[in-house]
Amino acid sequence: MSRALYSFNGGIHPENSHKAESCGTPIRTMPLLPRYVVPLRQHIGAPALPLVQVGDQVLKGQMIGSAEGYVSTAVHAPTSGRVSAIEGCAIPHPSGLFDEAIIIESDGEDRSIEFTPLDWQNLDPSALRNRIREMGLAGLGGAVFPSYIKLNPGAPVKVGAGVGASGAGKPGAGHSRIHTLILNGAECEPWITCDDRLMRERAAGIMQGARIMAHMLGATTVLAAVEDNKPEAIAALRDAAAVFTDTATEAPVENIEVVAIPTLYPGGGGKQLIYTLTGKEVPSGGLSTDIGVQVFNVGTAYSLYRAIVLGEPLFSRVVTITGHVAQPGNFEARIGTPIHDLIAAAGGALPGCSGEIIGGPMMGFDLMDLAAPVTKAVNCVILKSPALFAPKPQPMPCIRCGACALACPVNLQPFEMYWFSRAKDFGKVQSYNLFDCIECGCCTYVCPSHIPLVDFYRFSKSEIWEREREKQASDHARQRHEFKTFRQEREKQEKAEKFAKAAEANKAKANTAGADDPEAARKKAILDAALARAQQAKADMAKEGITPKNTDHLPPAVTKEIAEIEARRGQETPDQTTMDIVQDATPAISQNPSPTAPKTDA
Amino acid sequence: MSLSPSNPSPFNPFSLFTRNAVSAVMFKVMAALVPGILVHAWLFGPGIWVSLFVCSFLAILFESLMLLMRGRPLKPFLTDGSALLTAWLLALSLPTLAPWWLYAVGMFFAIVIAKHLYGGLGQNLFNPAMVGYAVLIVSFPALMTQWPGPLSIADIHVTLAEAFDLVLAGQSSVSLDALTSATALDTWKTQIRLGIAPETLWAMPAFGWIGARGQEMVAGAFLLGGLFLLANRLMTWHIPLAFLGAIALTATVLNLIDPSQHAGALFHLFSGAAMLGAFFIATDPVTAASTPRGKLIYAGLAGMLTVLIRAFGGYPDGVAFAILLMNSAAPFLDTYTQPRVFGQSADKKAQDKKGAS
Repeated sequence: MSRALYSFNGGIHPENSHKAESCGTPIRTMPLLPRYVVPLRQHIGAPALPLVQVGDQVLKGQMIGSAEGYVSTAVHAPTSGRVSAIEGCAIPHPSGLFDEAIIIESDGEDRSIEFTPLDWQNLDPSALRNRIREMGLAGLGGAVFPSYIKLNPGAPVKVGAGVGASGAGKPGAGHSRIHTLILNGAECEPWITCDDRLMRERAAGIMQGARIMAHMLGATTVLAAVEDNKPEAIAALRDAAAVFTDTATEAPVENIEVVAIPTLYPGGGGKQLIYTLTGKEVPSGGLSTDIGVQVFNVGTAYSLYRAIVLGEPLFSRVVTITGHVAQPGNFEARIGTPIHDLIAAAGGALPGCSGEIIGGPMMGFDLMDLAAPVTKAVNCVILKSPALFAPKPQPMPCIRCGACALACPVNLQPFEMYWFSRAKDFGKVQSYNLFDCIECGCCTYVCPSHIPLVDFYRFSKSEIWEREREKQASDHARQRHEFKTFRQEREKQEKAEKFAKAAEANKAKANTAGADDPEAARKKAILDAALARAQQAKADMAKEGITPKNTDHLPPAVTKEIAEIEARRGQETPDQTTMDIVQDATPAISQNPSPTAPKTDA
Repeated sequence: MSLSPSNPSPFNPFSLFTRNAVSAVMFKVMAALVPGILVHAWLFGPGIWVSLFVCSFLAILFESLMLLMRGRPLKPFLTDGSALLTAWLLALSLPTLAPWWLYAVGMFFAIVIAKHLYGGLGQNLFNPAMVGYAVLIVSFPALMTQWPGPLSIADIHVTLAEAFDLVLAGQSSVSLDALTSATALDTWKTQIRLGIAPETLWAMPAFGWIGARGQEMVAGAFLLGGLFLLANRLMTWHIPLAFLGAIALTATVLNLIDPSQHAGALFHLFSGAAMLGAFFIATDPVTAASTPRGKLIYAGLAGMLTVLIRAFGGYPDGVAFAILLMNSAAPFLDTYTQPRVFGQSADKKAQDKKGAS
């Protein structure tokens, strides 16, 4: 069982992985709680749509929120009871902001819906994926990407680099066939042992899940990677894989290879793991499917097994609780378990506890509110104490020592990115490949100046996204404005054209009408004759030197009126007349009438 | 590269880097200088203790003054060790038993001008110790060439008290002139131009087995200290190897062209500040290039320049000017030698450029 492994640049060996605290005891089941808080947004993408109303009775496993949009998945009731509220609640998120959650008051009976296993080998792949979506499956390694999307061999999907679901790819667009399925049991972060315990205790289920995944993806190679600091887990998986190969005669997967990989953080990062196992690099900005590889966490494989073979939707997961707590260990906790209840189940925090971390110490974040529930993303809760997590020393200036570059698994130059992040020169930061950063925290860990480097990269990323959004918004506004002026111009033009056309049509109508209508022809002849006469008269007068007046050809009544006006005008003084005219024309001057007012001809 | 899963390597490349504060790095570098200092004191007498003491005192004085003027906290920056390291490097580059004000001028330019006026720790473009050295050798060339010779060939030996007297009061029962002599590099430069054959030079007391008498032993001790730093991963191998390699290569080429004018590789490696520069000065991370390829070019060119300045320039040693010149090129080198990022194809940069134009 020796497979050539590849080593990526950098990585770190934390001095103490702190796995021993929690990996020694079997997974415990949480007692039934009186109250569960199930957030609707537990995964990347759009939050689920609530399907229940306040006051509704629900059963364990009942779908209470349905997937909304492509990148989304369903959420389920963790026990039977009554929906007491649907409101904003504390969630495990670094911001500490509240988010919409369904609160279920348990009735204590824990009645469940009927779980129906699926005949996955004979089911249509698309129907199977839909089923997985309804089962609420999402990656349990921490990224919580909806699993049904990743299980589609024809749908490469880009997680819109943190901007939510906007980057959802079109199914079938330019994908390469998936040949390798990797089960990620590396669990490289210190402290966390939930995958370790799961692999030790439920290896058979994991292998069943892997078999279903390989079937769905059409993968011919299945590798389960575990860091070599978990020999029991490796042994358990190998046993399960061996048993599985014997019995599954008709299975498409003949061989699941369990590979022990060197213990090196962040060896369990998707791209690093793929490189370690295959020597292939996921292209920058690309997906593992671009090189025909798909990676799932072992916990996801296990929950897939539960969903398909047992028919149970995802309403619980294994969570490590460790650190400054009375009985560290792992719990099978239902989704929605408030974290203070989890801490209580582990014997409570020891005196002097100085806070909680959700996730691992390298990539996790500080919990703001103990009422926040366990979600599909919560794999570990670490209770801090000053002895375990000493406060960080005062950051010193960067001396460009390059320790960060040596530690970076992506081969970046972190100090350059820090330098330009501090200067807010975001263009430069990007040119140093900021968006290839996986935020693993190795650089922060090794920095002799104790600079929180990753915080600077997160800041730069969010600033760049914000500017991108602003730019899009202003581009949008400009386009709208440009279109508006274009539309107005076009309408004007259309109107003019319409008039021109109408005039043309009228003219044409007149012309064509004259050709075949004797009455019209007669009228035209009269008109023409009149016109000719008028022109003749004009020519005559010109010959005689008389300028025609516009008062010449007027009816007698009008002529008389004009004569009267002329007569009246003759009686008035020329000055007065001038004044009148000036007054009418320019009120500004009339304010101050002066004898020197300009004289117009009387 | 492949790792055998059955043989998990427990070796931690950051065993010392991990949790290493800046101060720890600085003090380890200073610890690596100690063998060289001891050998120096053994072969050249107690003068080195005086210059180390005076420079260290002035470093802390100037550093404190500048920190106060810049409104920076004293404790974290004084304890980071960077000013002391600068003091030690300058003291090891200057002749011992020189008047105190020579050290003062050097330290002033190193700490005040080269370091703090550029923004303090981590911000300086040029190596502070080398700026101090360059100012002194340009301003006081006569004093800078008066090096006390090794005890083995000296007529008089000074005591520590006499050394203090010489440095601080400028007078003692012994006269400085009686103690000092031209260094091997200096002798080579002046005598070769007078048409003296190299063989004659090698017989002179300033010359030792392979380099300058006494200095070659000190250089050997610096080499050991540098290897200790390399073994502890406090630096990468690129700069020392490229620097020394380029010195050896350039010296060998010149020696092959004209052996009557140019000394060989070993003489250049084991005289002057070559070893000190390779492991302790050129490797200053703040002022050196930082990418692997950038470091090789930076140190390679610095090594070449060192020999060229020694062979054709106006100064006996070229390490300081070579390093200062390459310091100014380091940001440029970094920009054009960025390593390939994981997941990016080698021609990605070219594609980017094509796409942008």
